[in-house]
Amino acid sequence: MKRIISVLIENAPGALSRVVGLFSQRGYNIETLTVAPTEDETLSRITLTTVGDDHKIEQITKHLNKLIDVVKLVDLTEGAHIERELMLIKVKASGAQRAEVKRCVDIFRGQIVDVTASLYVIQITGTSDKLDAFLQAVGEASILEVVRSGVSGISRGEKVLSL
Amino acid sequence: MEMLSGGDMLIRALRDEGVKHVFGYPGGAALHIYDAIFRQKDVKHILVRHEQAATHAADGYARATGQVGTVLVTSGPGATNAITGIATAYMDSIPMVVISGQVVSERIGEDAFQETDMVGVSRPIVKHSFMVKNAAEIPEIVKKAYYIASTGRPGPVVIDIPKDITAPGETFPYEYPDKVKIRSYNPATRGHTGQIRKAVQLLLESKRPVIYAGGGVIQGNGSDLLTDLARRLNFPVTNTLMGLGCYPGSDRQFLGMLGMHGTFEANTAMHHSDVILAVGVRFDDRVTNTVGKFCPNAKIIHIDVDPASISKTVAADVPIVGSVESVLTEMHAMVKESKEQPDAEAIKAWWKQIDEWRQRHGLYTAPRYNTEGESIMPQDVIRTLHEVTKGEAYVTSDVGQHQMFAAQYYLFDKPRRWINSGGLGTMGFGLPSAMGVQMAHRDAVVACVTGEGSIQMCIQELATCTQYHLPVKIICLNNHALGMVKQWQDMQYEGRYSESLYEETLPDFVKLMESYGHVGMKVTRKDELKAKMEECFAMKDRVVFMDIQVDQSEHVYPMHVAPNGSMRDMWLSKTERT
Ligand SMILES: Cc1ncc(C[n+]2csc(CCOP(=O)(O)OP(=O)(O)O)c2C)c(N)n1
Ligand SMILES: [Mg+2]
Repeated sequence: MKRIISVLIENAPGALSRVVGLFSQRGYNIETLTVAPTEDETLSRITLTTVGDDHKIEQITKHLNKLIDVVKLVDLTEGAHIERELMLIKVKASGAQRAEVKRCVDIFRGQIVDVTASLYVIQITGTSDKLDAFLQAVGEASILEVVRSGVSGISRGEKVLSL
Repeated sequence: MEMLSGGDMLIRALRDEGVKHVFGYPGGAALHIYDAIFRQKDVKHILVRHEQAATHAADGYARATGQVGTVLVTSGPGATNAITGIATAYMDSIPMVVISGQVVSERIGEDAFQETDMVGVSRPIVKHSFMVKNAAEIPEIVKKAYYIASTGRPGPVVIDIPKDITAPGETFPYEYPDKVKIRSYNPATRGHTGQIRKAVQLLLESKRPVIYAGGGVIQGNGSDLLTDLARRLNFPVTNTLMGLGCYPGSDRQFLGMLGMHGTFEANTAMHHSDVILAVGVRFDDRVTNTVGKFCPNAKIIHIDVDPASISKTVAADVPIVGSVESVLTEMHAMVKESKEQPDAEAIKAWWKQIDEWRQRHGLYTAPRYNTEGESIMPQDVIRTLHEVTKGEAYVTSDVGQHQMFAAQYYLFDKPRRWINSGGLGTMGFGLPSAMGVQMAHRDAVVACVTGEGSIQMCIQELATCTQYHLPVKIICLNNHALGMVKQWQDMQYEGRYSESLYEETLPDFVKLMESYGHVGMKVTRKDELKAKMEECFAMKDRVVFMDIQVDQSEHVYPMHVAPNGSMRDMWLSKTERT
């Protein structure tokens, strides 16, 4: 099962490499990874997605917690949460294709953010599944380049991941 | 406030942390620090002959005392030479601080002379690491390093210091902090009372209990507590390779070591148990044999300070995260106060069964090896060592058959007396760790049980023993082979001894010892073993090397049947299986 783990980590040199190293060292895989500062400048927030059964995820969270730089973490998939990923995608768009792609963008509530005579750059946000579905809808043949941000997530309701 | 340079601050901080001994080796990037060492008297530096030995010596020092061992090395090759010893300490959860010099800050990342990314290289084998960016942070980083290394589940911590940071000239206000708080690091202390109560309930209801105790009991200073609890309950106790000595080895309730080379009675009792009290252990694959077949009827109570150790390979029924000391104290109090008591009849029947196993194949009820032949049996060497040292020696070991014989036959009655590389299995550990032990306990009897293979991995340290008057006794079980490798080749490769024999290349150890100013003895006959060993230990002030020519074809038994065996599936001799 896919899990989204959010980690608050000291904004210290080497901290990120310890997290990434842990995954390769213990044979866990990372599907997506995002890192950015938070409202508290001493902390960064890492969001990562991984797959594994309950036992594996328990080991991952225990080992992450063991890292001295890790302040707190939460497995967002354990509760109600919001998941978002941003995708920028460059597609061929000429002739009849142009209208077809445009329609697809509208259906997925994406935006066209750059245009030339023969291509579009499209921006689209949503869950990873939605982005996958969009890629399928547009069709491999017309895709020139795909950039995905990796998953970000936050829990619903009162729950807050902070110090 | 006193003003000090970075180098002076570092050594002062070590002093203020209570560090008495630093094991190390100098080089360019560490020279300012070495100059600071030269100009003071409080922190004594021990110059080893190879950085690996510095880490093993600090490790032995830590294991024997419970204090943090300290290492100082230079950048590049100095740092990489320390890696094996850091990994050794990491696998066995030994508190250690390793300070490495680094090239000057400006050159970092430019492939400068003797530059190695020490923080990067050591990352998977340290509990934590620091790269010092400003001299002013030295006192706080040192304080944090010792705090992290010694609390929770202990482990090695690296402090990497660029050369410019320790330079003389610029000075900074020095004050050593009393305390540190690290917001992201809060090691477990007390266990969950509800869980402890559940565990006590299980223990009191059990009919075939076993206490399985390991290195965590020694690290967590829980030996006396565990012993008291076991005696009150009258439960059998087995120890891991790392836990030997945490329960008295000569006690009636002790079943011996468990695992791959554990005793028949310990492994069989584990297999048939209904409740296992696992304390400070990690269900290592060298213990469990095939995990899927591990102790099929047992409910497992697992006490450990590290939550990641619990249910890692074998699921615990009652997990208890907490310090061994506090959990065992609380547990014992509950047992005492409980109206229920263990089922005396059931426990009696259990003991009867265990005693029957002991009589049948136990290591301590009769010799389970050939005592009739001409050659000196390695088991007899260890038994003689126990006799001559009255079971009071600190025994360090290398890795191989000799290590297993020492673990099986030197029955340790006290914790911190058996010092070996259990997790990483590092050949070369024995001699330098013995030096560390002797440095900590100047008057103690320290014996290094080794093989002629292992001893050659850090033999250069004989010179360090000379320089610091460390009169360790080296008991070499010389079987003219990488015996443990050869044993596996006998058992699994039809005796094809691929690269496990030295042909005629062994040095004359007696002459070698003499060239270092030590004493060498060669023992070839059974009937002279004891007298020679007494002679060896009578030379209190000398390093003595006993080159004991032992039987060359002996194997270590019992040995778990693998793959796919359970705890109770063992070879008992070359021909006999359970
Ligand atoms: C540094 C290192 N290299 C290789 C090994 C693999 N190994 C385990 S035991 C052993 C043989 C050790 O020979 P010796 O020290 O003579 O001990 P014996 O088994 O003969 O008693 C070897 C090579 C190891 N444990 N450590
Ligand atoms: Mg040998």
